[in-house]
Amino acid sequence: MSEYGNALAGGLLIGLSAAILMLANGRVAGISGIAGRLLQGVQVASGALFVLGLMAGPLVFRLLFGAWPSVTVTSSWPLLVAGGLLVGFGSRMGSGCTSGHGVVGLARLSRRSIAAVATFMAAAIATVFVAGYVG
Amino acid sequence: MNSALLRLAATLVSGVVFGFGLSLSGMLDPARVRAFLDITGNWNPSLAFVLGGAVLVSALGVLVTRRLKHPLFDTIFHLPAHRTIDGRLIAGSAIFGIGWGLVGLCPGPALASLSLGLPATILFVAAMVIGMLIHDRLVDRKVTVQQPGGASAETRLSQPR
Repeated sequence: MSEYGNALAGGLLIGLSAAILMLANGRVAGISGIAGRLLQGVQVASGALFVLGLMAGPLVFRLLFGAWPSVTVTSSWPLLVAGGLLVGFGSRMGSGCTSGHGVVGLARLSRRSIAAVATFMAAAIATVFVAGYVG
Repeated sequence: MNSALLRLAATLVSGVVFGFGLSLSGMLDPARVRAFLDITGNWNPSLAFVLGGAVLVSALGVLVTRRLKHPLFDTIFHLPAHRTIDGRLIAGSAIFGIGWGLVGLCPGPALASLSLGLPATILFVAAMVIGMLIHDRLVDRKVTVQQPGGASAETRLSQPR
């Protein structure tokens, strides 16, 4: 039950974060876009601040609850490298990831984002399905 | 305070709230994410509430912005100019989805969990950065040139995603 409560509360906060960025700065809270622009040397100060804030989130969680949020990585190192490359490349090519297309794009009823979310959800579900037989 | 400082402050607050929300929600945990994606196996649907809750509040924000002439600390809204669903969008999203399914990490949780100092997520983020650089430095230029009347590099940079 608290698993679902925490998921909903966390989701509401993520939505709040996106709403703050949109209302205050008129910007989309898309992590791959923010990270990509940071790497290109565009909007460096705001990009770096957002990423630092993102990293501070788990610290705030630890201060409030006395433990780190659980992060269980079971993938082998070659798989981590392959997954990272695909996530980095694909999110830039598709102009967004779970945050930009998922949280903000769906909220704006963007047709591009609806297509992107349907595509990456299907691809991710298929990958987990296939990996269950291969790995 | 001038508006540039206010924008930076809002960005930092937004980042912290996002990172804390991810931590609370369970999205930081690749095992949970992969269990959410495992719909034919031992499915854990709880993370659907993360996206549902996030889109709900985000949509309320969008409704409010439609009543504003400009954002609080800026003169214009920086929204994506693209409207068409093209091959780039679909192929890129599919590639992203495969990587997400393989490991269970997407860019937000991967960056947020860096503060835990786990070698596995640090390796993932390093690979993710290289993947982004490979796309933006080596591939994007060719793709952009091939697009008929497509967006120039400059307009793509101004896209908020």
